[in-house]
Amino acid sequence: MTEPGLSRRDLLRLGVAAGPAALLAACGWDGGPTLEPRLRLFSRVNDWVGEKILLRRQRPAPEYPVSARTEPNRFPAYSITYNDTRRYPGVPQVGEWAVEVGGLVRNPLRLTSAMIEALPAVTYTVKHHCVEGWTAIGTWTGVPVSTIVGLARPTTEARYLRFDSFDRGYYNGWDLASAMHPQTILAYAWNDRPLMMNRGAPLRLYSPIKLGYKMTKYLTKMTFTRDRPGGYWEDQGYPWFGGI
Amino acid sequence: MVKRHHAVVRATHWLNALLLLGMIASGLQIYGAYAHFGPRGAPYPLLNPWDGSGFPAWARLGGWLAGGLNWHFALAWPFVLTGLAYVVFLVVSGEWRSLLFRPRDIRPAWEMQRYYLGLRSEHPPQGKHNALQKLAYTTIVSLGALAVASGFAIYKPVQLWWLTALFGGYELARYWHFLLVWVFVAFTLLHVLLVLLVDRASLRAMVSGWYRGRFPSHD
Repeated sequence: MTEPGLSRRDLLRLGVAAGPAALLAACGWDGGPTLEPRLRLFSRVNDWVGEKILLRRQRPAPEYPVSARTEPNRFPAYSITYNDTRRYPGVPQVGEWAVEVGGLVRNPLRLTSAMIEALPAVTYTVKHHCVEGWTAIGTWTGVPVSTIVGLARPTTEARYLRFDSFDRGYYNGWDLASAMHPQTILAYAWNDRPLMMNRGAPLRLYSPIKLGYKMTKYLTKMTFTRDRPGGYWEDQGYPWFGGI
Repeated sequence: MVKRHHAVVRATHWLNALLLLGMIASGLQIYGAYAHFGPRGAPYPLLNPWDGSGFPAWARLGGWLAGGLNWHFALAWPFVLTGLAYVVFLVVSGEWRSLLFRPRDIRPAWEMQRYYLGLRSEHPPQGKHNALQKLAYTTIVSLGALAVASGFAIYKPVQLWWLTALFGGYELARYWHFLLVWVFVAFTLLHVLLVLLVDRASLRAMVSGWYRGRFPSHD
C-alpha cells in the first residue's frame, strides 16, 4: 500500500473535471425541462428578498434635473402590438376608454381620462432601468396608484394588483407594497406632453422602483387579487418581482 | 508528504471555479441583451472591445435574457456563500496568515518577480506560498468581493443607491462588473499556467489535500 489515497484521488479528479465539462456542454442552454422550472422556482426566493428585505416602501428613487433627460428619440419604446404588426395599438375611441378598477375592492371604479386628470398629480424626472441593461431619463406626470387604492378601498384579502392593457394581452402582476410606493403612478404625460401611442397612451403604469417590463402600458384594468397574478414576460420566465 | 489544504479550502476552491464559470457564462448572456455601456443616447468613453457584439453560444448560459438572469441570480447565492465559507474558514483556522499579502511581503514579491523575469537564477525561499502568490490570492479574493458588491449595485440600484453611488452610478457599476470578468479570466489562465509550469504537485494538493512537491515548508 504505497498509495492508499490514489483511487479516491482519481475519483475526485474525475468529478472535478466532469463539472466544468458538463457546464460547458450546457452553454446557451436555459436549463431544459428539468432545470429551467427549478430556476424559475428559485427566482421566487429573489422575489421575496426583493419585496420583503430590500424594498424601502416609502423612500423615493432619486430625481434628476430636467436637463438630464434623454433625447426623446433615443428613449426606446415598444409594444407587443408594434413588435407583431409594426403599428402601435389602436387609439381607443375617446369617450369610450376608461380604466376599470375592481376585484377585491369595496368600491369598484370606472375612471375616465377626465376623472384621472382631475385627481392630484405628481411629476418627477427619474431614471428608467430596462432589464436589458440600458437606462434613460425622462419626466413623467400622473396620479399615484396609492390614490386610486384609497378610492377603491381594497378588502383585507387583497394582496396583489393586476394591471391589464389593450396591447395584445400584455399584463403585469404587482405586489401591493410596490404599487403603494409614492412614485408608482398612472402616467398620462411624458416630458411635459400628453403621452404618445408608443409610450402607452392614454394611460400607463410608471414607477422608478421597477424594471421597465413591469410598467403596463395602454392600461384598461386594475384588479385586486388574493393570488399572485403573472405577467406577459413573467409567465415566460422573467423575474416576477422586477424591483430595482 | 505534507498536509496542505483543508477539505474546506479544497471544496470551496472547486465549487468556486464551477460557480464562477456559471456566473460568467450567464453574465455574458445578459450582456448580449444590450451590448453597450453608458446611458442611452450618449457615447461613453470607456474601453470595451465587445461594444455592440454579443458572445458566441458556447460562452453563454441561459439561452435568452430571462434564462441568463435566472441562472445568474440562482448561482449568485451559492457563489456568495462559498466565498463567505472560505473567508470564514481562513479567519477561524488562522490560515489567512499564509495567504494575506502584507507590507512585509513587498520585498519578497519583488524578488519573486525577478526570478520569473529571469533576473535571478535561483527560486527565492518560500513557505506555503511565495509573496507573489499571496499578492495574487489576496487580490483575487478582494476582487471577488468587489464583483459581488458591483453585482448588487446593478441588481438594486434604487434600494441600494449608496452602493451604486460608490461605484460611480449604475452605468459605471455595470462596466466594473463586466471588467472584473476579464480579470477573473486572466487570473484563471495565469493561475492554471503557473500550476502546470512551476508546481504541478500543487494541483494534486488541491484535490487530495496532500502535497509532495518542491515547496514543502509551511509558514
